Amino acid sequence: MSIKHSLLALLQESPRYGYQLRGEFEERTGSTWPLNIGQVYTTLDRLERDELVAKDGDDGEGHVIYSITAAGRTEVMDWFAQPVAQANPPRNELAIKLALALTLEDVDVSAVVQAQRTASMRLLQDYTRQRRTAATTAGVQLSSEEAGDPNDAAWLLVLDSLIFSTEAEVRWLDHCEGWMAKRAASAGKSAATRRAERAIPADVSTPTLTSTTKAASK
Amino acid sequence: MSNEILQLESVSRTYGEGATSVAALRNVNLTIHAGEFVAVMGPSGSGKSSLLTLAGGLDKATSGEVYVEGTPLGGLSINELARLRRRAVGYVFQDFNLVPTLTASENVALPRELDGTPARKARRQAKDALRLVGIEDLADRFMDQMSGGQQQRVAIARAIVGQRRLILADEPTGALDSATGDGILEVLRNRAEAGAAVVMVTHEARHAGWADRVVFLKDGRIVDEAASQHDPSVLLSGLAH
Ligand SMILES: Nc1ncnc2c1ncn2[C@@H]1O[C@H](COP(=O)(O)OP(=O)(O)O)[C@@H](O)[C@H]1O
Ligand SMILES: [Mg+2]
Repeated sequence: MSIKHSLLALLQESPRYGYQLRGEFEERTGSTWPLNIGQVYTTLDRLERDELVAKDGDDGEGHVIYSITAAGRTEVMDWFAQPVAQANPPRNELAIKLALALTLEDVDVSAVVQAQRTASMRLLQDYTRQRRTAATTAGVQLSSEEAGDPNDAAWLLVLDSLIFSTEAEVRWLDHCEGWMAKRAASAGKSAATRRAERAIPADVSTPTLTSTTKAASK
Repeated sequence: MSNEILQLESVSRTYGEGATSVAALRNVNLTIHAGEFVAVMGPSGSGKSSLLTLAGGLDKATSGEVYVEGTPLGGLSINELARLRRRAVGYVFQDFNLVPTLTASENVALPRELDGTPARKARRQAKDALRLVGIEDLADRFMDQMSGGQQQRVAIARAIVGQRRLILADEPTGALDSATGDGILEVLRNRAEAGAAVVMVTHEARHAGWADRVVFLKDGRIVDEAASQHDPSVLLSGLAH
């Protein structure tokens, strides 16, 4: 997350002091990524050093006001114009865990998948509940996002982002499970082929697909 | 407690016999109360539709018993079963199962009329249900004049018309775009909040997120359950990273 650009974006709207910037940031993103005030001030110092913002007096109560410079405006416009770089995937502990589980004999991969799926579904339920409440508070019907307070809309957007990425995780888990079942089935099939080669009739009463997939325990 | 709307007690369903038989459900226990919205998830072939058809009295368990509002379905005659289904159970079929020679509002009103509701009242209820699913203006269309998504919404309207206490929906959002799908979930959710028990089969996690409880099926067995904690602090800790 770019704190630098977020602060510049808010300063582009109007000059503000540190606590105001933090408050605006959190309100517009639903307090999803809390900022500490220390971060805000160190970032402002660096922005000032780089001449992207300038001190602009105080508000009469001792708060130092910052305003954006022309260079700062260019910087923030460039930020909005550039796609967020995703060339370096963030470290994904779940992907790492599953990749390792697959290579280790003693780990029940389908139990790992199911435990994660249950946890992710629970999170998804909580996000969805939160979103319904937010949508009701905002007085917006879920199905038709009419304009209301733009800050409410921003918060719904952030929640949707969390909902969709959690959904993606569950879909990926489903995909992993399907892929493992297929792999297990083809391993079973080759065993059946070997049996056929030894001219022993295949035993149809023991389906090979289910014998290798263990049901996850509670 | 008498607010148990649906109960499955050691329910198994095996299709066919002998060497080629398929155990679609194995010893399933499940209780769903009034006001609960439950999602059923699982890979294809895991028994989701079988579970729903048994719950709706459309098929009989090989062993075990299904209770709807406390009545064991196994002991009912065909006529009694049909009456119970019309009165208490709204069913959204995966393939809609609508009558092509009837209009949308006639399709929706039909089960009410069969159950003795006066025609005018049944029509009015049908209109209300069609409005809830957002296709009030298509009430007089025949099925072949409607898109898949529109037909799916007729099927949903037919399941929620009147005040059915048990609503069973098999992939009810399958033919819908995501915004329309959300509208339908809202309708089902509101039904649960009005006191119905709602069971929805879905393979979409985002849709299952609307449920109070998610039941996971695998190879005909319930392997796990996820229940929302109703605790906002859980959400905050989930957000903190
Ligand atoms: N009428 C039937 N006759 C024979 N086998 C069936 C029948 N209906 C379902 N099955 C089998 O039972 C299993 C579960 O099916 P189903 O309940 O439709 O699963 P799902 O809805 O989860 O995809 C599958 O293996 C399916 O092939
Ligand atoms: Mg099915």
